[in-house]
Formats: sequence, structure tokens, C-alpha cells
Amino acid sequence: MIRWLVGLIGLGFAATSALAADPVMIGVGYLGVAGTRSTLSLVEQPAENDGVAGARLAIEDNNTTGKFLHQRFALEERRIKEGEDAVQAATDLAARNGFIIADLPADALLKVADALRERGTLLFNAGAIDERLREADCRANVVHTAPTRAMLADALGQYLVWKQWKRWLLVVGSHDEDKLFADALRRTATRFGAKIVQERSFEDKGGARRTDSGVTLIQRQMPVFTQQAPAYDVLVAADESEVFGAYLPYRTWDPRPVAGSAGLVPRSWDAAQDQWGAIQMQNRFVKLNARRMTALDMQVWTAVRMIGEATSRTNSGDVKKVTDFIKGPDFSVAAFKGTKLTLRDWNLQLRQPILLVDGRMVVSVSPQEGFLHQVSELDTLGYDRPESKCKLK
Amino acid sequence: MRTWTLRAWRVGLLSGLALAAAPAHAFIAYVSNEKSNTVSVIDTDSWTVTKTIKVGQRPRGIDFTRDGKFVMVAVGDDDTIQMIDAKTQTVVDSLPSGPDPELFAQDAAGKVLYVANENDNTVTVIDLEKRARLGDIQVGVEPEGMTISPDGKTLINTSETTNMAHFIDTSSRQIVASVLVDARPRFAEFKHDASELWVSSEIGGTVSIIDPAKHEVTGKINFEIPGLRKEAIQPVGIGMTRDDKTAFIALGPANRVAVVDVATRKVTKYLLVGQRVWHMAFTPDEKFLLTTNGVSNDVSVIDVAAQKVIKTIQVGELPWGITIAP
Repeated sequence: MIRWLVGLIGLGFAATSALAADPVMIGVGYLGVAGTRSTLSLVEQPAENDGVAGARLAIEDNNTTGKFLHQRFALEERRIKEGEDAVQAATDLAARNGFIIADLPADALLKVADALRERGTLLFNAGAIDERLREADCRANVVHTAPTRAMLADALGQYLVWKQWKRWLLVVGSHDEDKLFADALRRTATRFGAKIVQERSFEDKGGARRTDSGVTLIQRQMPVFTQQAPAYDVLVAADESEVFGAYLPYRTWDPRPVAGSAGLVPRSWDAAQDQWGAIQMQNRFVKLNARRMTALDMQVWTAVRMIGEATSRTNSGDVKKVTDFIKGPDFSVAAFKGTKLTLRDWNLQLRQPILLVDGRMVVSVSPQEGFLHQVSELDTLGYDRPESKCKLK
Repeated sequence: MRTWTLRAWRVGLLSGLALAAAPAHAFIAYVSNEKSNTVSVIDTDSWTVTKTIKVGQRPRGIDFTRDGKFVMVAVGDDDTIQMIDAKTQTVVDSLPSGPDPELFAQDAAGKVLYVANENDNTVTVIDLEKRARLGDIQVGVEPEGMTISPDGKTLINTSETTNMAHFIDTSSRQIVASVLVDARPRFAEFKHDASELWVSSEIGGTVSIIDPAKHEVTGKINFEIPGLRKEAIQPVGIGMTRDDKTAFIALGPANRVAVVDVATRKVTKYLLVGQRVWHMAFTPDEKFLLTTNGVSNDVSVIDVAAQKVIKTIQVGELPWGITIAP
């Protein structure tokens, strides 16, 4: 009888203490675009949950930590279809979530940022690599975990220069983003002393990425397209739209390596990255999502982890407090890249090492040895403070 | 297998006695080589590698059993801890450690082993005599550093992505407190008088000093090396002299070991060692401190009294952990 009574009291106590320690809820919204783009390589075809899978893992990681601090994280996912209004979807998400991770095109992202400005929602741009979002069009309520085109181009350029492959044959696609990447590569060449010996453009005349006898035709086209070039060390392809880049390796007229959008590619993350404890992270990701982790997954993971890092450091779920800490001088986050990642305070871009990958291995990690900087070597990648056009507001 | 193991224990016991009778000038150090899948055996008299033992995949955490008969080495990619017989210097058995073991700690009696399993956010508890798994403790993301308080009552585990030092009651196996430290806590070490717990943060670049009674960070050690960028300073291994006066802290890719005056918590000197210095171990007489240098594939020998590096010994690829026979 006494034992029974004690048990009852014990139960009552457990219930009240659980009530008293009701966890602080932290809502994280994810806003992306439905559908996936088509790639030339079948194995690189993005999964339907590309990006958001990183958020799901980071929410789990944050919750493991959160249970020691009585914090609980919840993810609300939203994918907009063609023609749907991003602002409306974002406003709806913001009603329940103080933080939104966005994988949106630049224009849609800017509209969302401006619509949510008064509300105090903190946006994370995890997908768009456009320079202008960190330059003339920067916003005080948008943190960027995606690297920029200039950061990617500089990371590649530093390695090519270190390798003494300084004469580049630049091949540019005909879409706008291809041209923007080519701009970034030209800037890199000028900064680091490489020479673009010639530029060629590859016109997208339409056509399917999959055909039954594709290889035969490509094998005839690519050598012809690259013949009679001036002496060069490496072919650099700017083909973000995936029209021709992946066709170039092993098919150039001259036996030369390919880099840029194919061959040796600069990326924020890769499934082959296993240094600095990354193997644990890769294993957790595969276990949860039954596929390998992409750069977009990592950019989203990092954004959600930044929120978790700030809520544990401030011991708070208050959006304003957490946002101030993320933008403040004491913030840093560890993301399996061998060094702490911090924000550039002039435009809220995350500083980060960039991996150079070939699809199977991590070949190198930039910044390269010898590229020095007075503040952080990571600032040798992309636009630096003195050249920035950003005025945060 | 079982009888054979028992016999190995007995043989070990006899050899241990014989060893104790011999004059104890030379010690034997065991170094785990993460990339080579080997353990290098170093004789501290001649400062040479006397044997290279083939072990499982990705050997990292390494320690002697309390009786000095076996060397335990965590082979993470084989999901086990292998036992090397110190007499025959061969792998004789393995422990049910749980997935991806990295670092571990044992109680004072040498009966219970606590293993950090990086892959599934747990600490596994193992009965060392029966070599059987006793249970698991759920901790933060990527458990790594492990140590036990001098009174044996508290187990410390650090979790690398949660950024905490967890205080675990060894009798109830419950977490009693979690203390937030800087990013990627790698290693934890108590002062011998139990008054302070030191925790290194690799990415944060600091060592947090925690009051183990109040569970509060009471101070932080920062490192500054002229001409070296701050990101290269990544503290990992910590060694403290038995009188609790001097601490040595390995600074990873800074290629240096910081010498810290424990009382004032001030760095008094930086010793240049090999590249990417990770872990360290004192010889039992505390005359020498040996550090593992991952990128230069060697071990540096520090004269503790003189605070000078006196020797470098080539070992296998990516030397990670080190232990010295008691």
C-alpha cells in the first residue's frame, strides 16, 4: 500500500516537473520551388527532396542538443508550384515560424525579403548564388549560406593558379546564369594572374538531354568544337544550365583537363567529403534520407544549424535575440570544413572553404596556401569588404 | 576462444610481474596510426619504433588496461575496440563497443569501460572482465571526449556538434548536467585534485575551464601565436602534470603545444612540434611528454622539465592517439 502511494506521488511529481519544463518551441520554415532541374549526368539528377533533406537532418541534430536545454525545433515545409506566389507562401509560413530557409530564385527571394521585413522574420538564402543578393540588392534580413559565383570561381581559380595552369580556354553557355558565371571567372583570372587565351560560346539550340544514341554524336561534336584553340592549359566551362559542360571531359581536341561546370567543380559540399569529422555527418544524412548529401542539402543544413547554434548560445527562442546574436561579432558555426564559419558583417554572407570535386573525390579545398588576407583567408574568396556595394537596410 | 582468452590473461599476469621486477627506465609507447591501420610501438630508451602492429580499420583512441596487460585501441571503421596483448604485441581479442568508437575512458578499477560512439549519439558501457556490453547512455550529437572524475563518480563526455560537456553519474548512468562550451569540444581532462575540468574546443579555438561542482565555465584559455592566423589554432589533446602545476595543450594545425601555468591559466610558452599535433601522453616518471603529429607522420618528444622538444620519431601515417605502459 505504501509502495503504491509512493509510486503515485512519484508519478504526480514527474507530471508537474514535465509541465514546468515545457520546452521552448522554435519554428523553422522551409520555402522552395517544386520540381527539379534536369542534368546531363543521370547520376547527378537532384532528388525531389534536394535541400529540404538537409533541414530535416539539422532539425534532428538541433533537437538532440535541444533536449539538454529544453528547446524543441519543428520544421514546416512548403514547396511552391509554377505560377504560385512566393510572397503569399512566405507570409503564411512566417505566421508560425520566426526563421525561414529559402531556396528561391533571386527575384522571388527579394520580394519575400521585402514583404517580411516589418515582421522581423530572419530569412536564410540557401540556394541562390547570385552576387547581386550580397551586393547592390543585399538585405538586412537575409543571411546567405549559399556561396556566391565569385566565391566558387575564386576557389577554382586559386587552385588552377597554384597548379600553374594559368592559360584558360573559356567556354560559355548561352543562358544568363552561364554568362554570370563567366563574368565571375573573368574576374578571378584578373585577380589571380591567369590568362583567358580565348573565349568560345556554346549556343543552346534546344534538344533533349537524354537520347538513345547520344554518345556517338557528342563524340563527333566536342572535338570539333574545341579544335584550333590557342595554346592553353585547362578548359574552363561556364555552363550552369547543364547544356554541354559534362560532354567536354575526355573529348577536347587537345588533351587538356576540364574545370568549372564540369571536370573539376567548385562546390560548398560533396558526398565524397570525409575530412574534419564529416564522415559522421555523411553517415547520419544517408541513414535519414537514404541518399547521399548534396551541396544544397549542406547549405540548408548549415542554415538550420546556425539557428540551433544561436538558440543554444543565447539559451533563448526569441527571434530578435537569436537574430541579433547571429549577426553579432561572437557568432560562429562548425560545419565540417576544418575551420569555424562566420558571417561577413557587411553583407551577411557566410564565409566558408570551397571544395573542388571531380564527382568521386575531393581533389582540394580552397582557399589555397599562399593566398593571404589581413582579416580571414576565407575572404580571399569572393567580393571583399572594400569592393562591396552592399548597404544593409 | 574463451579458454584461449583466459590463458592470455594468465600469461599477461605473469609477464606483468616479471616486468615489475625489472629496472623501469625504459617505457613502451603505443601510437595509433589512423591512416595506416597500424599501431607503432616505441621504446623510450632508444626512442625507436621496435614494432608495427597491424590492427583494424581507422585506429584512433588508445589506452592501456589498468593492469598494464593489454592495449585497447578503438578501430572505428570496424565498429569495435581491439585488445593488443602487451607481451606478444598482437591483437588477441575485441570488445562489443557499438558503432564507430573513437575515444573511451575506464574506471579506476579497470572494470568498466565507457566508449564514445560518434555515429549514434551514445556512450556504450562495457564490462571489461566479461567483455560484454552493459548498456548505452544517450548523449549529444557526435560524442567524442571521455574522462572520469578522480573520485570515479562522474563520467564526462563531450559532444562535438552539440558543443557540450555532459556530466554523467556513473552509478545511475544518467546525465546530471550539461555545460555549453565552444565549438567542437574534443577532449576533457580533470585536474588531479578534481577542482577543475578542462575541455578543449577544436573549432572554437579555446579551452574551457569548468567548475565540476557548480557545472559552470569559470574561465577560458585563449591562444595567440604571432604570425599565425587564428583559424589554425585548434586545441585538441590536454596533458596535466601530476602536481597540477603545468598543462600542455596540443594546438592541431598550429603545429605547437602550448605550455600553460595552471594556477594563473596563462600560456607561458609555445613549443614547436610536428604538423597537426593531436594527442599526447606522459612517461610514468613524467620526464617526457610524447605528442602525435598527424600530418608529418611523427611523434615529438618533449623534455617536461626543460620544456623543450628533444626528439622526433617517424611512425605510421596520420598518428592519432598515444598511450604509454604504466
